[in-house]
Order: sequence, then C-alpha cells, then structure tokens
Amino acid sequence: MAQMAAEGKQPDVLFWVGCAGSFDDRAKKITKAFVKILHQVGLSYAVLGTEESCTGDPAKRGGNEFLFQMQAMMNIEVLNAYEIKRIVTTCPHCFNTIKNEYPELGGEYEVVHHTQLIQELIENGSLTIQGGAFKGKKITFHDPCYLGRANNVYDAPRSLMQKLDAELVEMKRCRTNGLCCGAGGAQMFKEPEKGAKDINVERTEEALSTGADIIATGCPFCNTMMTDGIKSKEREGDVEVLDLAEMIAQAQDL
Amino acid sequence: MGVPNLIFLVILLGAFGLFGKNLMRIRRNILLGRDVDRTDQAGKRWYTLFRVALGQGKMVTRPIAGFLHILVYAGFLIINIEVLEIVLDGLFGTHRLFSVLGGTYDTLIACFEVLALLVLVSCAIFLVRRNVINIKRFGMKEMSGWPKSDANLILIFEIVLMSALLTMNASDAVLQARGFGHYVTAGSFPVSEFIQPIFSGLTDDSVFAVERITWWFHIIGIFGFLNYIIVSKHLHIMFAFPNTYYSNLEAKGRFTNMEAVTSEVKMMMDPTADPFAADAGGEEDAGVFGAKDATDLNWVQLLNAYTCTECGRCTSECPANITGKELSPRKIMMDTRDRIEEIGSNLDKHGADYIDGKSLIDDYISREEIWACTSCNACTQACPVNIDPLSIILDLRRYAVMEESSAPTELNMMFTNVENNGAPWQMPAADRLNWAEEE
Repeated sequence: MAQMAAEGKQPDVLFWVGCAGSFDDRAKKITKAFVKILHQVGLSYAVLGTEESCTGDPAKRGGNEFLFQMQAMMNIEVLNAYEIKRIVTTCPHCFNTIKNEYPELGGEYEVVHHTQLIQELIENGSLTIQGGAFKGKKITFHDPCYLGRANNVYDAPRSLMQKLDAELVEMKRCRTNGLCCGAGGAQMFKEPEKGAKDINVERTEEALSTGADIIATGCPFCNTMMTDGIKSKEREGDVEVLDLAEMIAQAQDL
Repeated sequence: MGVPNLIFLVILLGAFGLFGKNLMRIRRNILLGRDVDRTDQAGKRWYTLFRVALGQGKMVTRPIAGFLHILVYAGFLIINIEVLEIVLDGLFGTHRLFSVLGGTYDTLIACFEVLALLVLVSCAIFLVRRNVINIKRFGMKEMSGWPKSDANLILIFEIVLMSALLTMNASDAVLQARGFGHYVTAGSFPVSEFIQPIFSGLTDDSVFAVERITWWFHIIGIFGFLNYIIVSKHLHIMFAFPNTYYSNLEAKGRFTNMEAVTSEVKMMMDPTADPFAADAGGEEDAGVFGAKDATDLNWVQLLNAYTCTECGRCTSECPANITGKELSPRKIMMDTRDRIEEIGSNLDKHGADYIDGKSLIDDYISREEIWACTSCNACTQACPVNIDPLSIILDLRRYAVMEESSAPTELNMMFTNVENNGAPWQMPAADRLNWAEEE
C-alpha cells in the first residue's frame, strides 16, 4: 500500500490479510488463493504489509478492551491516512471487528468478506467459473460464527458452491443454528476448559456424518479447527478442509 | 355494595397492592445497574417487540414446544377478557356482566372454553415433558431444586385454574338450565357441557354452592398466581415485552466499545493532550472496568435476568455446554438474577452501606464458566425473548483482565504478543508480507 500511495494511486479495494493469513502456514494458502483470484480479474488491490497489525479481536473477546482499542486506533490511523474506502478480508473476525467496532472509533469503511467480493465479481461478469474440479463432489459448509450469526452472511458462500456445480449437503446445525468450531472468543489461543469433548471434534463428527468429501469454510480459524478435527478422526486421507477461495482458485486452475 | 363485594374489593386491592410492591422492588433492583441508552430507533424496537414477544417469532424454531406455547400464550391473552368480567362482577355484584353482548358473548365464552381446554392439555404435556420424558435441557444441574419445582408449580397452577374455570362454567350452565336465581341464560359451553352431567343429581343449592366456590377459587387463584409470578421465573409473561423492546439491535458480532477506555486510549495516543486537564474536568468515575458484581452490569442486562424463564434453549445450543464444559448461559442469567435479588434484599434489610463481601464472579459464576465461552452467539440467537448472556460473560472477563490481570496464562501470552508484535502469535511484524514471496 505504501508503494501505491507513493505512486499516487488508490486501489479499488484494500485486502486486509489478517494475522492468520499472514503467519499461519495453512491460512497463508488461503491468502495466496484469494490473491490469485484478485489477479485474475485484474482488480486493483493493495495490502498494508508490515503496516497491518492485529485488529484487536482476540484481545477484545478475551476481555482486554485497552489492548483492543490501542490496536484499533493504530489501525484506523493507518487506514485513514491512506484514505481507504473499501476493505476485503478473508477472516470473519477481522471482517466483524473492522465493520462493526471500528466505525465508532473513527474508522468507517465498506467492509466485505472475500466470499461476498467473489460473489460480486461473478455477478458482474468479471469472474466466470467452470465447476469441473468439484463437479458432483459432496461439500458441506461450516458457517463461521462471525460471518453467519454475527453478521448474517449465509448466502454468499453458498452461492459460490452452487457455481462450482458441487452438491451442497447441509449439516443439521447450519446457518443461524450453526455450531461453533470452538476457536472464537479467544479460545483459539488457549486450551479449552475441561469437558467431555473438544468442540471441534463435535463439529467435525457432524460434518463427517453428512458424508461430504470436502468441508468448506470461510475462516482461517475454523479451517484450523476442522482440520485438527479431521486429523483426530484420522480422516485426512479422504476428507479435505478447504476455504472457498481455495476452491474457486482450484476450479480455475490458478 | 354487599358484603361479598366488599370482601372482593379488599382481596383485589390486597392482591394488586402486593403485586405492585414487588414490581417496584424489582424495578428498583434493575435500576441498580449501570445506565445504558436504549431510547434510539423506536420504530425498530416496536417492530422487535411485536415480532419476537407478541408474535412469538423465535418460539417456533422448535415446533412442538413452540406450538404448545402459543396455545398457552393465546389462552392467557384471551381468557383475560373473562377475568376482567369476573373482576367487574365481583366488584359490582353483577353476574356475567358482558352477557349484554348477546351472540358475541356466546362466541366469546365458547372461545374461552376451547382455549382453556387447550391450555390445560398443553400444560399437561409440558408436565410430561419435564417429568416423564425428561428432556435434557430441563434436567441440567442448575435446574435442580427450586427451579424445577417452580416450573412444575406454574404448570399445576395453570391446570388448576383452567379446571376451576370449566367447573364454574358447567355449574353455571346447569343453574341457567334450571332457571335458578339470577342465572340468566348466557354463554355457550362447548367444553364444560361434558362436565355438566356430574351435577345432574345435585340439588339447586348444592350446584349453587359449587358455582360460588369455583368462582371464588378461580379468581382468588388468579390473584394468587399474579403474586406468584412476580417472585417466579414466570415473570417472562410480562417482562418479555420490555425486554425485547430494549434488546440489542446491533449486529450480534458487534461488542460495545467501552467509552472510559476510549478516552484513556485517545489520551495515550495524542501527544498534545494534557492529562491533568482531563483529570480535573472529568471526575465522573467509571467504576470498575467490566463487571465484578451484578450492580456493575447495565440495567438491560438485569432486566434480561428477571425476564429469563429458564427454558434452556440457550444452553442446549451452547457449544461449550454441549461438549461438557461448566458453562451454561442459562445459569449465567439465573445467577445474575439471584445475585441482584440478594443485593436488593440486603439493601432492604441492612441499608445502602452494607457490604456482604460477595460478588457475582466467584460466588455465583466461576472463572471456568466465563473462560469456556467461544462468543459464538448461539445463546443470543436461541433466546426466544432476546436475552444476551454473552454480554455478561464479556463484562466478567473484562473485570478479570483489566482489574485483576487474571486472564488464563495463555491469553496473557496472546495479549503480550498482540502488544509487542501486532499479532496473537510470537511472529515479528516484519514477516507479515512473507507469504507473498513464498511458493
């Protein structure tokens, strides 16, 4: 972004990569897949790179409001300095925080989740998808809480799966009743409290019971949790956990 | 005005007086909470009230319980017209005052009878669900003891009241048929006509006695129930309306930004700010950060607690609870109510300066519970009256973190990472763009 600004250019959209997308090896693949899609459609985008910092989501949900607001104010200063208008992110937690919690602190942007942007690109004809790679595959979609219940985005990810010609098999607990993967509320960064079972295992069992070949999701943390769940069930050989951006990129042979 | 009317008036005033006193006590307790502004978006708030409370919009997600609940709810709303008639009759010594409505009255009474039967049957099914089928959410540990008895008592109360109403109607109809006294022919009795044969062998005076006894029993029972409701979880029949009106209208994912923190953070980030100037001007004490006790919560959260009818839909959807963790969102609400009740009664008994040394956190809600939450909003989604247990959990976490620095160790490490590296992991900010170079 700094480079673009130096050249006096303004991107159509700022891609907020997020900490998982920047540092987590699995999530980095999602980042790269999404960037490939952006390149293919020729959308002008920028990333903040080293100027990006945690949105503060895990600090806020963990009860550390001070740290959250420090992060928020710093990020807002950077975003406002670059006069950012539109932000896309592959992480529902970043999406929710910037969209809902930044405006009151002075950061007002149009924020979209990457599944929404891809849907938009398909609808305006910039991106066409041949379903080839996923034709006839059974796919179940795990609703990320911070995309679904938190922000009522249920249809954008599902519309992408339709475009892939895949067979969508819903879990019993889906959409507004979707069961959390277990990572939210800063749980990602701590061991779960003691109980009978890990939440991701419960959710993975439900996903597996649909007989799906692929568990699709739209959140790097859900991805981690479901991937771990699949491993604990020793099903990594025949069931994949994929982000929708990865599926679209694969279908396009990107 | 005859003696029975005077007695009735005294009972009526006593019942409403006691009810009013308790209602004001609850109002006082709720207002012990912090202030929060929910006066915005009146239109949307009324819409929410009509859709969620009046229209039972969220009940039907569970079809069986939802349907039966709508029957009882409709019965409650509509049968109140008859209660009004009974109250007026009691005050003025009239009998079936509304019978002047003629054919409309017959239809009304017929409707009341059918509804009464439906309420009776629904309540019986509810009792079976709670005590015979043992549906899981009714048998969890926070439901043992009083909450279980409370639920059963409410159902039994309603069954008894409806039975009294139908028996009263049956004996009344028999007296009407016999042309006894002032029993004018009025009403239509599609349900209680099946009870009438019981009275066929009785003398006029005996049937009259039955009619009077059931009349008094029914109306005194209603006054009793009114005063039971106010100290029971059944309060939701009234509080559901204000509770939905004042409920959170923002996106569920949006957590409040604490204003007290905003001003401090702005101060820290603005090199030109004069910290002393602000101190002198703004001496308004924000109290503790987050919530240690029930009085640190805002009044909407306390209204939530009084509204909760312990149905347990939140808990049965909670991922933490489903997987055997200690957390139960329903218990969060029950604990909050119990604690604010305790604080209120301390206030009444010992005055404002009394400190009982207890707090909502630890004495009622454990650390294990608050740290098991994934903030997934399943509980707020599931609640049929828009109660928000998540906001209470968050406020307790805020207290634990910002006042006590007592977050779980791993979270403290995460906070440190965010603070130092701008990421929850120990990764240098300089590596943020490395993904672009990797293949």
